[in-house]
Amino acid sequence: MNEWLLSLCRQIENSSGSIALHESLYLYSLIETTHVLAIGLFVGLLFMLDFRLLGWSFSSLPITDMCKKVLPYSLLGFVVMIITGALLFYAIPVRTYQSIFFRIKITLFIIAGINALIFHVRARKGNYAGDISTATRLAAGISLLTWSGVIVAGRMIAYNWFDCEKLTPHSILFGLSGCDVSF
Amino acid sequence: MSLFELFDQLEQTYLGSVIRDSAWLFPIIESFHLIGLAILAGAILLLDLRLLNLAVPSAPIKMLEQDCRPWLLIGISIMLATGIPLFISEAIKCYYNPFFWIKMTTLVIAVVFTLTIKKRVIAQCDSHQSSIQTKLTACFSMICWCGVAFSGRWIGFY
Repeated sequence: MNEWLLSLCRQIENSSGSIALHESLYLYSLIETTHVLAIGLFVGLLFMLDFRLLGWSFSSLPITDMCKKVLPYSLLGFVVMIITGALLFYAIPVRTYQSIFFRIKITLFIIAGINALIFHVRARKGNYAGDISTATRLAAGISLLTWSGVIVAGRMIAYNWFDCEKLTPHSILFGLSGCDVSF
Repeated sequence: MSLFELFDQLEQTYLGSVIRDSAWLFPIIESFHLIGLAILAGAILLLDLRLLNLAVPSAPIKMLEQDCRPWLLIGISIMLATGIPLFISEAIKCYYNPFFWIKMTTLVIAVVFTLTIKKRVIAQCDSHQSSIQTKLTACFSMICWCGVAFSGRWIGFY
């Protein structure tokens, strides 16, 4: 699995599009800036909903209204964030794939996604119509923490402390980063 | 004392050198700067989208402004509490960085606009209906704050 994914990343890295983006003067930076602005839209509005679900704020706004009338704009940010994020990965695939921070980020991203999925499936059954239950607060708390973690881990990808060549071979971190592939 | 001398002195403070000498501190503070950005962006965008009649049109504008205000203040506080140490750690670099000055200019415009014109437009508007004034206010606000975030990111690219 690891070898297959790594060879896939190597193929992407050797494609002309990836090289062009990686070596571009401004395009890469512009995509990264758009990624940050999209995070502001997506996570920012999502945090406001989480504060509502935690009962900290916006108490006169019905939760259903917020879900229906705020989340669409948040989702717009999500789509832009995913597209720009995919392009950033496309520009630097191998190093990113073997980055421990990228792996932490994706793990937290998946947890955040499952948490959101459970929340919305339950919301559809009408479990969140009335008072804020413990389950609702829990979902909002997990959302706040995981998305914050995604932001922190994402920012750390830029730093090279734990790049493969800096890690002790056969150490735990070396394995977790997927550096233990022989070609 | 010139501005350059002030920046030079700030960079030489204990706080500045501690952050500069640490491999971890700058990235960690930077990460919290981004979380502050998300909270600030959320508070601003929610109200601006309402002023544009896009998000939660059923919510009275003045009430939403009151609800958003604490998050705006918390967001700004986190941004300042993390942004100032980041700046102090590399003040001279910032002095020669055009994006730093663009950011400071747009930041001052955005903050002054939010505290004066935007505040007044909201105080005088019909809480249940957005008007051409509220829509223009929201557009200007979003453009300004996007400018702050954009030029902020580019400080690191320059």
